[in-house]
Amino acid sequence: MTLKIVASQCTSCSACEAECPNVAIYEKGGTFIINPKKCTECIGHFDSPQCAAVCPVDDTCVIDTSYPRYQPRA
Amino acid sequence: MDASTHHEQQSAGANINVEAVMQEVAEHKGCGTSGGSGKASCGSAAGQGDLPTEIWEKVKNHPCYSEEAHHHYARMHVAVAPACNIQCNYCNRKYDCANESRPGVVSEKLTPEQAAKKVLAVASTIPQMTVLGVAGPGDPLANPEKTFKTFELIAKTAPDIKLCLSTNGLALPDHVDTIAAFNVDHVTITINMVDPEIGAKIYPWVFWKHKRYTGVEAAKLLTDRQLLGLEMLTERGILAKINSVMIPGVNDKHLVEVNKAVKSRGAFLHNIMPLISAPEHGTVFGLTGQRGPTAQELKALQDSCEGEMNMMRHCRQCRADAVGLLGEDRSAEFTTDKIMAMEVDYDLDSRKAYQAKVEIERVAKVAAKEEELTTLAGEMSNIKLLIAVATKGSGLINEHFGHAKEFQVYELSTSGAKFVGHRRVDLYCQGGYGEDEGLDTIIRAINDCHAVFVAKIGGCPKADLIKAGIEPVDQFAHEFIEKSAIAWFKTYLDKVNSGELQHIERGDAEIRQGALIAAA
Ligand code: SF4
Ligand code: SF4
Ligand code: SF4
Repeated sequence: MTLKIVASQCTSCSACEAECPNVAIYEKGGTFIINPKKCTECIGHFDSPQCAAVCPVDDTCVIDTSYPRYQPRA
Repeated sequence: MDASTHHEQQSAGANINVEAVMQEVAEHKGCGTSGGSGKASCGSAAGQGDLPTEIWEKVKNHPCYSEEAHHHYARMHVAVAPACNIQCNYCNRKYDCANESRPGVVSEKLTPEQAAKKVLAVASTIPQMTVLGVAGPGDPLANPEKTFKTFELIAKTAPDIKLCLSTNGLALPDHVDTIAAFNVDHVTITINMVDPEIGAKIYPWVFWKHKRYTGVEAAKLLTDRQLLGLEMLTERGILAKINSVMIPGVNDKHLVEVNKAVKSRGAFLHNIMPLISAPEHGTVFGLTGQRGPTAQELKALQDSCEGEMNMMRHCRQCRADAVGLLGEDRSAEFTTDKIMAMEVDYDLDSRKAYQAKVEIERVAKVAAKEEELTTLAGEMSNIKLLIAVATKGSGLINEHFGHAKEFQVYELSTSGAKFVGHRRVDLYCQGGYGEDEGLDTIIRAINDCHAVFVAKIGGCPKADLIKAGIEPVDQFAHEFIEKSAIAWFKTYLDKVNSGELQHIERGDAEIRQGALIAAA
């Protein structure tokens, strides 16, 4: 899986962009977007998804269930 | 932060459309930081007073730090720092207050390059612009690259501009050396508590070292980092000003402790600002109905801290991108589009010449006051009262009652005239002249004053003011504020002494909610 940003709630504060260990977050048309190919849910880097931890709006960086769970390579 | 302290507001989420978000983003009014502060202790606010000379040299032309300089010099803030690393219950970074979003005053998020160009454009147009601040819309030190890049670009082209920044303090210890390297001489830290139990009621969480902390643990971390940062600034000789938001029932009594804690660590100025909270701001405090203080409560707290250190009373809690003299916002003239199209020719000499002229004006004003003060010598009276003054700056009574967006409030006593704050009434001019509702707003805002000094006033409002017990005074039009106030006070005392007039105490006044955005 990956996280996604609920665009209607994002304030475009950019806080998440700087925290992502995989540089998966970018700005497009005024809101921020997570590239599902790059997001690892922060597994292997930190205990919790950084974007969700720093985001000022609750429930804005959320799990995107349309993707399979991220599998760390052994 | 506008409103306050340094910043602004964050959010409790809900659905809104993308355009609204965009506006918003940019908007996050900051705050508190931005305002200024001043040396307002004792009757001698116009001069160095008891400040050490090296500090006075640094602050005398800073509109935010010197109560007297804010009449003459201007500052601006650029919104290059959108991200924040903590959450405050008085901040909603998602919404712009419905009452404040008038066209043309929406703040824009700028890149450091755009910000530098904007500063040069403004400084070339407004020679009294002497200070650049980064105060938001988030926390400048949660965006260190953008903040320091902006400083670097400006220091190169416009070395005469003073740099300052405002922070919640969480990341401050990590950046003190960089701040010193850029010659930043003023840093404002928003400190609302030194007791984590109280902090837990103000800050739901902080984000530090890749982890979100909540509750008392979060507040403990924050207060430790803030005080450490303050000590580090003091060690390096960088001026530190403290902003505190007064939240009745939460930290109001505790701010006396905060005042002692920051004073003992070398802060040179403490600015206590009222909580701005209305439900439509969407902040946690706004939604829970947490009220802000009344004018009297605020003044009482400021007075009780004043014996301890210099208190700043002229902070207007302006927006993070406000341009102009405190209390006047010209940001609409300097939108990104207009700036990028501008040819900027930075003329250091003409700026210096202008500033020299201002110095002469300031000296004249102080001299006038000193002279008038001698007439009060020997007067004995315990009477202390407040007056409101309509002014456009330069220390003169030079604003029409109906055009005033705010009033400056002075406390008069036999020791002279002391600036104690300002009251915003920026709704009145919008409402149209003579409209009762607008006038009521003004009367509520200055209800604790005995008189209002104006350059001019119409017959209707005059009659209503008199009915409300506030004397409209227009015979000192275009004269110096303090000199006139003292002269009027002397007459007032004479009348009381002769029995012609009876001195009556006035009631409390209301603090208007919302950030100052006088761009009308
Ligand atoms: S969960 Fe981690 S890796 Fe994924 S976007 Fe957020 S910060 Fe980046
Ligand atoms: S931290 Fe949250 S609000 Fe800020 S840009 Fe990222 S998703 Fe948007
Ligand atoms: S520190 Fe952050 S959350 Fe607090 S007022 Fe400033 S921008 Fe808002």
